[in-house]
Amino acid sequence: MQAKNKLGLVFFPAFDWAISPSHPEREERLLYTQDQLFEEGIQDIAGIEFFNPVPATEKDVQRVHFAVPDVKTRFSKSHMVSMGGAIEAFDLVFSGRSEKSFALVRPPGHHAHRVVYGDRGFCVGNIEAVGLEAMRTKYGDLRVAVIDTDCHHGDGTEDIYWNDPDTLFISFHQDGRTLYPGTGYIDEAGGPGAYGYNINIPLPPKTGEQGYLYVLDHVILPILAEYKPDLIVNSAGQDNHYSDPITNMNFTAQGYAILNEKLNPDVAILEGGYSIESALPYVNTGIILAMAGLDYSGVKEPDYDPSRLRQDPRITEHIKKLSATVYERWQQRDVLAEKEYGNQKLVSRKRNIFYDTDGIMERQTQNFKVCSNCSGLNYIDSRSDRGSKIKGITIPRDACRNCQKEGYELYEKSGSGLTNVYLQDRVNDRYLAK
Amino acid sequence: MLIGIDMGGTHIDGVAVKDNKIIKTIKHQVDHTDLYRTILNAIYDLIADLDKAQISRVNLSTTISTNAIVENKTAAVDLILQKGPGINFEFPEIPSEVNYIDGYVDHRGKMVKDLDYQQLAVLKKDLSAREDLKKDLNKAEDLKQDLNMSQTKNLAVVTKFSTRNPEHEKAIADYFAADYNQVTQGHTLSGRLNFPRRVNTAYLNSAVYNIFQEFANNIAAALREVEINAPIYILKADGGTMPLVDAITRPVETILSGPAASFMGMSALFDNRMDSVLLDIGGTTTDIFFLVDGVPVFEPTGITIGQHKTLVRAIYSVSIGLGGDSCLSVVNSADGDNFNYLSANNSYDNNLAEKIRIGPERKGPPLLFGGTIPTLTDAMSVLHKLDFDNFSTEQVTWARQGITELAEQLALSAEDFAELVLKKAAQTIKNQVDNLLLQLNSQPVYTVREILADRQIKPVEVKVIGGPAKILAEYLKQVFKLNVLLPEQFKVANAIGAALAQPTMELNLLADTQRKILIIPELNIYEKIGSRYSLAEGQKYILQCLNQAAKKLSDSKLATEIIEESSFNMVDGYSSGKNIRIKAQIKPGLSCVIE
Repeated sequence: MQAKNKLGLVFFPAFDWAISPSHPEREERLLYTQDQLFEEGIQDIAGIEFFNPVPATEKDVQRVHFAVPDVKTRFSKSHMVSMGGAIEAFDLVFSGRSEKSFALVRPPGHHAHRVVYGDRGFCVGNIEAVGLEAMRTKYGDLRVAVIDTDCHHGDGTEDIYWNDPDTLFISFHQDGRTLYPGTGYIDEAGGPGAYGYNINIPLPPKTGEQGYLYVLDHVILPILAEYKPDLIVNSAGQDNHYSDPITNMNFTAQGYAILNEKLNPDVAILEGGYSIESALPYVNTGIILAMAGLDYSGVKEPDYDPSRLRQDPRITEHIKKLSATVYERWQQRDVLAEKEYGNQKLVSRKRNIFYDTDGIMERQTQNFKVCSNCSGLNYIDSRSDRGSKIKGITIPRDACRNCQKEGYELYEKSGSGLTNVYLQDRVNDRYLAK
Repeated sequence: MLIGIDMGGTHIDGVAVKDNKIIKTIKHQVDHTDLYRTILNAIYDLIADLDKAQISRVNLSTTISTNAIVENKTAAVDLILQKGPGINFEFPEIPSEVNYIDGYVDHRGKMVKDLDYQQLAVLKKDLSAREDLKKDLNKAEDLKQDLNMSQTKNLAVVTKFSTRNPEHEKAIADYFAADYNQVTQGHTLSGRLNFPRRVNTAYLNSAVYNIFQEFANNIAAALREVEINAPIYILKADGGTMPLVDAITRPVETILSGPAASFMGMSALFDNRMDSVLLDIGGTTTDIFFLVDGVPVFEPTGITIGQHKTLVRAIYSVSIGLGGDSCLSVVNSADGDNFNYLSANNSYDNNLAEKIRIGPERKGPPLLFGGTIPTLTDAMSVLHKLDFDNFSTEQVTWARQGITELAEQLALSAEDFAELVLKKAAQTIKNQVDNLLLQLNSQPVYTVREILADRQIKPVEVKVIGGPAKILAEYLKQVFKLNVLLPEQFKVANAIGAALAQPTMELNLLADTQRKILIIPELNIYEKIGSRYSLAEGQKYILQCLNQAAKKLSDSKLATEIIEESSFNMVDGYSSGKNIRIKAQIKPGLSCVIE
């Protein structure tokens, strides 16, 4: 058997790490996936190769996060290895060692925001963003589309790329009114520098193959065709599966495989998915075969029954309307941006962020300077109920000289009354903290 | 007294070892038309003046199974497979019709879909009808029935995840047993997961069954006839042995034992405690092995023979087309080999060396021995590196002429050219070793601990045996920049390895306390356990099973050890349990060290 696309797999099940012994994010999570992949003989398919993670460095993390108080305290070795797995997956493609790559690593990352006080939604470091920003530093500017196919809204990734027009973020997920983290509505469309480049598609519970593939064909693929990214990333959660214990959707292994064949991502990164025995072994096998360009038609859950999973016509109708709305908003993004932000010079956004895994409450205000020469200097004022009060300043990758200068000035003069001040200088890949 | 026989492609070597000393060695040519006679003659010659009563063990490394596979002299095999949902496998490498049946066991070993006995009945009828048809055809055409056709067929049965639950394999095997001469069940050959490899392994086992069985029976009878009553063992690719009787039921494990014999021989001749590269430089090829902390590196899943990837445990070895008989040629364009032997100070030599090609084929004997194409050996002769007492002046002239002709194409003297050839040979080996190390050092690991430990193989020594080894040693020393060691007895290292090898066995235990099932596929153990079964109980049990098996394998005490163990918490709705996995083995080792 020969893969049509040379596929690199960073398979790292972290068999010695768990949040707690009975937590969904425990040692056992990828055990049956490994069993399935081994039994299928995936490692013997010519053109599919396995790679190990190379642990991420402190700087890799600082490019994306304000870790409070610092990276060493906030990130365990396991997190550094998982993020390193994502970096390696990106690097496989960029260095030409593989044509495509898939990181099956844990813990996941898409709920990790720019500021990190602890673990939320089983995530501490945003593994996709850490991987992607490492690539931008190493290989230069890139136009990237991140498609979040996890059942939960990718709120962390949304936050990180909120004001970045070179990173199109599309997340489809179970409607936030019915599932953690409770966000991801269509009017969350991005900051003043990137309005319209954050796209949410909240789907009703019990959406099945038909609904997901409809959204793919009628929203995601047309938008991608217009956006023309250099790279497509699948933030590949597997919890839309009908057997997932913590969600309410009806997606399948076949559906995931078809989705990946059509989406044709360059890099896929495993996110959530906690039906470790009934879904993950089959979904992962399906995604791997689809990415490698191999026949996946035989990959089905042992209890797969399409008739039982047929989608309610009312859901189908709802999704059709929703898709039309989302696509129209994409086309109207400039007009809508004008309406949303008008002539504001500084856009502020207040949020409360709850770290469900660690039980921390954070209040933050994000401030985006509107700049005509770049996407604009921005900074976050944040405090946690654990006593931290911080300012995090970001000089974006495309920052003009003025915004760069202003960033350093702001960093210099900030400090009084704060526990920590951080400066991310993405132009010079420099990270300061005091 | 221990007897070791190693049959290779061209030579068969024998050695007798007594009180840590080699007391006799022999070397014969292999008669490919009669391997059985070749072995017998070697044994007769070896023991001719020895006291047969003192022989305590005969270890044979044979190419019987390997040759049968490579030369397609295998028995006809029917295959019955249950592949379940997953990859749509095809097996183009297997020359049998594959019959797929329904039913499925999942990764946990849970029965998802049972066998359909109606389907089996139809298949049974169908298979025997096909067999009758073939027999009729043969009769009709009055064909001279060859050995394979005259016998009833063999059967290989493999189901997906049978190492997690072998019940389907057992049931199918029972159902069809009466129709076949022999039946192989996939799970009995290895406890490792890999369905396509398990299929190939089971197929090969049935395919070489007849030919190996015949050989085994003959050899046992022949040794009894000359009053050798010592137990007979067969060498395996993992450097261990198995009793002849076991080899009859698992003949696939006797394939490709040659490199393992060399490896074990080298282990016996060297003091091994560190990371090292082992090289067996022969006439046609150089075999490369590695030792890590003195322990052999194994193939990650199993050995490959021809187109067949198997689950047969094997010492990691890679063969490259470079040996004493490798043909030499001069090419116009660089071959792309990274030749950096002298790159720092002599780019002139560098460019020339890129135009010299060594091997990868052997196109006949060296000029020195009356061949027609210059070889590595001829280059050695030009440099007066060989023992010239063995050759006539005429022979030496042949070699010199051939090398001179090649040297002139690069405007070099014969000596300079020959020197460059030897340097390049050493560099070629080094490059290959570096490539392999790169691969070995990036093998997947699955725990944070292993990632952080980042254990890299860093050889500190090179150990060499084989005909050209002595001459190449100084060149290897320069390219590897490491100590290069040569044993004295290197010419029969393979037979020494065969003589000193001991039985080996690997067992895999999986205990699932939710399903309350314990399985050790290799021993056909599939039994109930309590819901509180622990890792410690598993450890005790697997060692007990292994020690018991070890006792059957050998009169002397064999050391056993646990090599991998894990216990996963399983949480499934409201119930929870443990998924315990343990791998244990008889420590690969030698009966004694040679003084």
